[in-house]
Amino acid sequence: MTFTEIILQLMPGIGRSILIFFFTLVFSIPLGFLIAFGRMSGCHIVRILFKGYISLMRGTPLMLQLLVVYFGPYFIFGITITDSYRLYAVLLAFSINYAAYFAEIYRGGIASIEEGQYEAAKLLGYSKGQTFFKIILPQVIKRILPAVTNEVITLVKDTSLSFAIAYGEMFTMTKAMAASQRNMLPFVAAGIFYYIFNLIVAVVMEQTEKKLSYYR
Amino acid sequence: MNLLEIKQIRKGYNGHQVLKDVSLSVKEGEILSIIGPSGSGKSTLLRCACMLEEVDQGEILYMGEAVSARTNRKISKTEKKSDALFGLVFQNFNLFPHYTVMQNIIDAPISVQKRKKEEVYKEAKELLMQMGLQEKEKAYPYQLSGGQKQRVAIARALAMKPKVLFFDEPTSALDPELTAEVLKVIRTLAEKKITMVIVTHEMGFAKEISDRIIFMENGWIEVEGTPEQVFKTEHFRMKEFLKGYAK
Repeated sequence: MTFTEIILQLMPGIGRSILIFFFTLVFSIPLGFLIAFGRMSGCHIVRILFKGYISLMRGTPLMLQLLVVYFGPYFIFGITITDSYRLYAVLLAFSINYAAYFAEIYRGGIASIEEGQYEAAKLLGYSKGQTFFKIILPQVIKRILPAVTNEVITLVKDTSLSFAIAYGEMFTMTKAMAASQRNMLPFVAAGIFYYIFNLIVAVVMEQTEKKLSYYR
Repeated sequence: MNLLEIKQIRKGYNGHQVLKDVSLSVKEGEILSIIGPSGSGKSTLLRCACMLEEVDQGEILYMGEAVSARTNRKISKTEKKSDALFGLVFQNFNLFPHYTVMQNIIDAPISVQKRKKEEVYKEAKELLMQMGLQEKEKAYPYQLSGGQKQRVAIARALAMKPKVLFFDEPTSALDPELTAEVLKVIRTLAEKKITMVIVTHEMGFAKEISDRIIFMENGWIEVEGTPEQVFKTEHFRMKEFLKGYAK
């Protein structure tokens, strides 16, 4: 098998890896804000609840969480697991896990905005919503971007954990191909794929950071 | 009627009384300076008047009515377009760093007071001219000196057309040269009879610009009167305090 053939055969896996990556971000980025607000809630019980959630998500392996989400419905409720559930399990597990990490990044970012910004906004009569979306959030985004980049890069590599439940993304396919072809090249192809993927992520994030550098 | 009426307010933090029964009133067009040592409660008084702090006891009335903390308008008034009651110029400016000078000034009048964009923009241009910052319209706050930032902050507060403008030690973060810049601007506002309440450590300036001066210590108003009266007072602590500045 030539290298080109390997790449061609791995194409569907590449597509699925990108799918996981993309939808995990789509779900976890907004969900992270919800969790961050819960974590910063004025209500003591709500705060404890979200703190516990974040602690659990960060304190246990993502692979374990994925297995629980995938097998849980069968072991706990006796529901038969269908093939199509694999993708949903991956997206669900990844989204709730990454949302916890994003929540902590957001929380740090929001807490780093000076009290004076809120006071100035209040004096100018901005509503709470306007204050957050017009004044606070744009500054938070700028400050948390480097930390978010870190998470996004980790996510690219973490998509390979879907291997644990045999969802046919890049890594699962690579492993199968290497075994059946008795060939090392699929691993090389996978390595190149993840590396280039992350290179693109890094460049895009760097450009975004530059775009936001018009103010300090 | 008094524009602002503060009636017997008390404010404490963790058992420490910062304001102990303070009353004062401000008439339209009046310029009132509040002086006194650090920790005397001057800034807290101002922050209470601006609704940044809730008072423990007492009342704060603007034109005879209570004010809603969030909206900077009279509680009874539901109309959105009304001018602001009060504006505040902070010691450390608190400009919005992601907005240009122009955006800092026009955003609230447009998105909060829902005034016409062209009209607000025109007024903002005039304000910038008045502040000597017509060139800086497109600059971001980080590109400005402290004195320029403070002048933008003053313009931003004025764009809301407040009935009374508060200054919380507006020059404390500035060196003498930049302080002069900002004081000059406040003087022009005084000439326009804009109602102002100024917390300051600039004694000469307070004496020159004020209609009335208040000396505070330990959460009380100790001396109150015209600049002549206050600076000639026989009040022991006030004399001690002024001596510190004479050196």
